[in-house]
Amino acid sequence: MLEYPRWKYVLVTLVVLIGVLFALPNLFGEDPALQVERKNRAPMDEFARQSIEDLLHKQSIVIKRDFIDSGRLIVAFGDVASQLKARDTVDATLSDVDRAALANASRAPAWMRSIGLKAMPLGLDLRGGLYLLYQVDLQGAVGQLLESYEQSFRRALNEAKLPFTDITTLGGGGGIANGLRVTLPDGADTAATEAALRKVDVNLKFTSGSGAGGAAIDMVLTPAQIKAREDYALEQNRTTLTNRVNELGVSEPIVQRQGLDRIIVQLPGVQNSAEVKDLLGKVATLELRLADTQNNALQAAQSGHAPLGTKLYKREDGSPILLKREVIVTGDELTSATSTTSTEGPAVSIKLDARGADSMLRTTRLNVGKPMAVVYIEKSRRQVEVNGQKVDRDSTSEKVINVATIRGVFGPQFQVTGLSSGEARDLSLMLRSGSLAAPIEVVEERAIGPSLGQDNINKGVRALEIGMLAVFVFMALYYHAFGLVADAVLLANVILLTALLSMLHAALSLPGIAGIILTVGIAVDANVLIYERIREELRNGVSPQAAIRAGFDKAFSAIADSNVTALIAGLSLWVIGTGAIRSFAIVLTLGIATSMFTSLLGSRALITLMYGGRRRVAQLSIG
Amino acid sequence: MEFFHRATSFPFMSTRRVWYGLSIVLILISLLSLATRGLNLGVDFTGGVTVQATFPAAANRDAVITALTAAGYADPQVTIFGTSREIAIRLPPTKQSTEEVRGKIEQILRSVDAGATIQQVEVVGPQIGGELQRSATQALIATLLLIFGYIAVRFHTWRLSLGAILAVLHDPILVLGTFSLTRTTFDLTVVAAMLAVIGYSLNDTVVVFDRIRERFHSGRRLNPVAVLDQSINQTLSRTIMTKVVTMIVVVALYALGGPVLRGFSEALIIGILAGTYSSIYISSAVALDCGLRAEHLLATAAKKPVDDLP
Repeated sequence: MLEYPRWKYVLVTLVVLIGVLFALPNLFGEDPALQVERKNRAPMDEFARQSIEDLLHKQSIVIKRDFIDSGRLIVAFGDVASQLKARDTVDATLSDVDRAALANASRAPAWMRSIGLKAMPLGLDLRGGLYLLYQVDLQGAVGQLLESYEQSFRRALNEAKLPFTDITTLGGGGGIANGLRVTLPDGADTAATEAALRKVDVNLKFTSGSGAGGAAIDMVLTPAQIKAREDYALEQNRTTLTNRVNELGVSEPIVQRQGLDRIIVQLPGVQNSAEVKDLLGKVATLELRLADTQNNALQAAQSGHAPLGTKLYKREDGSPILLKREVIVTGDELTSATSTTSTEGPAVSIKLDARGADSMLRTTRLNVGKPMAVVYIEKSRRQVEVNGQKVDRDSTSEKVINVATIRGVFGPQFQVTGLSSGEARDLSLMLRSGSLAAPIEVVEERAIGPSLGQDNINKGVRALEIGMLAVFVFMALYYHAFGLVADAVLLANVILLTALLSMLHAALSLPGIAGIILTVGIAVDANVLIYERIREELRNGVSPQAAIRAGFDKAFSAIADSNVTALIAGLSLWVIGTGAIRSFAIVLTLGIATSMFTSLLGSRALITLMYGGRRRVAQLSIG
Repeated sequence: MEFFHRATSFPFMSTRRVWYGLSIVLILISLLSLATRGLNLGVDFTGGVTVQATFPAAANRDAVITALTAAGYADPQVTIFGTSREIAIRLPPTKQSTEEVRGKIEQILRSVDAGATIQQVEVVGPQIGGELQRSATQALIATLLLIFGYIAVRFHTWRLSLGAILAVLHDPILVLGTFSLTRTTFDLTVVAAMLAVIGYSLNDTVVVFDRIRERFHSGRRLNPVAVLDQSINQTLSRTIMTKVVTMIVVVALYALGGPVLRGFSEALIIGILAGTYSSIYISSAVALDCGLRAEHLLATAAKKPVDDLP
């Protein structure tokens, strides 16, 4: 007599049904598609859809179907040629308002999409694209923090009229700056100075000591403060990169933190790495200053000394110009920028925050008729050779892009001209996406061609199909009816695994497909352990039903053991792995879970169904 | 169909000196090759540039090397992989972007064959390579330690634990040795495969040891040699069967999975073969030579929770 509790049947059926539902979207495959979105982030509407459809029809491009998904228009095509032609058409005619990106559209019916059922996204190795690994300069982030404290300290001491000789950075362990030293002249009031500094930030720790030149007050950042700054910098950079990547209009981009100081950027379908890297790593901003009209700029340029209160700049044509030292509006005070076109060529329409608007208002009111200059500042990181060693240096290029006479009083909004259209676009992007809190550098870069991706999918899927088919045939030949049960269980295992991966939206890569194939091996192993045990019991003369029970019970510890060891390996990989290796580890670990479930619960349910109940079983079909 | 219809009774224990000898020779060859030739580390670990390209007809490797050298790339490594039309070029680390590399190499390859197309460009910074080497080594060691810990808890006697540990060490060394001897590119996917192999190999050993424990339970007066032989013979059909089935899928992966998975599936094939061998011939024999007897398992068996039930 062989029994199996009803609730286990219900559980197995339910889980497999849910698995089938979630795995289903993967069966439909994908069409080459175009994703079109509004540059100003407004959602696409029926009217926009109609106009794009008309546009493409005019070029006799055949649209397979189109739909609006979370504010973006997705247009699917029958082949890649139409997709590329459509992209060029949209770029040529609608690039002012719309942004088009190559994408893949699932062929799954609309009702699946509407209830959130989606196919597994494909990894870069399977669809082609650009992979960038950025190293974030965390020391640079702490340096920036110290710099801003230094400025605050100077301001606070000047305002309180307390004398100090200098403020220098302190090197912590290993020569990394982690604090500031304020050196004081003889007879300075140390206590009052410390109190004034403390007001800058109450969380800072100060110690008074004596430097080389006399009395000094040291501020050293605590490890917790440094950690907080590093975390902030990394998170801020990730956010900024995410914003910038979104501006690229790539379909399904990924921006992730990796480890302590890295950020991964994955851009499916992108191939032009130089342009992308330039845009992602760039730091650009604007400053507004009054132009100096009293001194001769040419003289200053020749002597190399700017007169007091002025700073020497160069215009775009290389001619020198003197600007006042005081900044009317700094880059931090810009809240938004959009590139537009004006009668004088490309322009950026700029909005200021309250402080910037206030300063603008005050300055323009007092200086009507005087010239004001717009300075474009771009920071970049390039390699220079110092003593035969390559060192990264941050370099800043500043140029005056526009000098205009103030004709009236400005409020929080105005237009700047004098930028090339590329600069206007970049600047508006930079200002919108936020600045990078620490310098970043590309340390790893992979560009995978789209045809290689397709080739990889075909090979991986074929290996999976043929491997599984061979196992199915082998199991059925070797274990007869029990083999068919094992096959059903294997299929259920692959379905459940696919369902889990689809639910988690884990990207499938080629090693991931290898993971699925290995999981098939693990799942077969569990079944073989059980069946061999049953055969052994039968050989020992045990009755068929008792043999089944003993087979499952006695094989359990071996199955559990083998899964624990595979799990240890899977988790180790998960920890070290990045990218494709991690996707292998995820598949392997999840596969162990699903194979435990299907082989122990699923296969027992099926076999009990076949041989269970009170009827007498003379023989098992186990080969 | 059944390959093992009658119970087998191979005398594994009495021939163990032969197998020890074989394993020692293989391990020595592997270690010697690792020490002298080292591994052909992939760009994952060294940093550098790889470019994959396809030619319309069979690629002329020498012409590609000549063209690259003429263009100023010293000692380029060019391998033909996958089909005869696909090549992989390996260059030292550079600060150039993938696009710049693609542009230059494409120009060079087009001078060899106008129809050449570049499929993939990878640029890995040297610091990443060093870091991955460290983290891969750490992962291997961590996995081995975790598995040793698991073995120590699982088997109740150091004699079985030692047997399992030696068997587990045996397999990755042979995989490393083969990769060193054949100069196959050793990259991160191979490390993944090795970790999977360690899991697999232990799995077989665990099944055999489980049976040994069960046999000793049935009679404490039994002769250890007989018990070990019986245990291995009784689990032999299972050991072979699961490996045959796993091999079917891994060979499919090797033959059809394309060049990216070649190293990965190769490591799995070698590892699974070595693992099957070591769990049959090595692990139990080591335990026997450490003086394994029934009482080592029975003393603690009484305290052991019943884990033979689902």
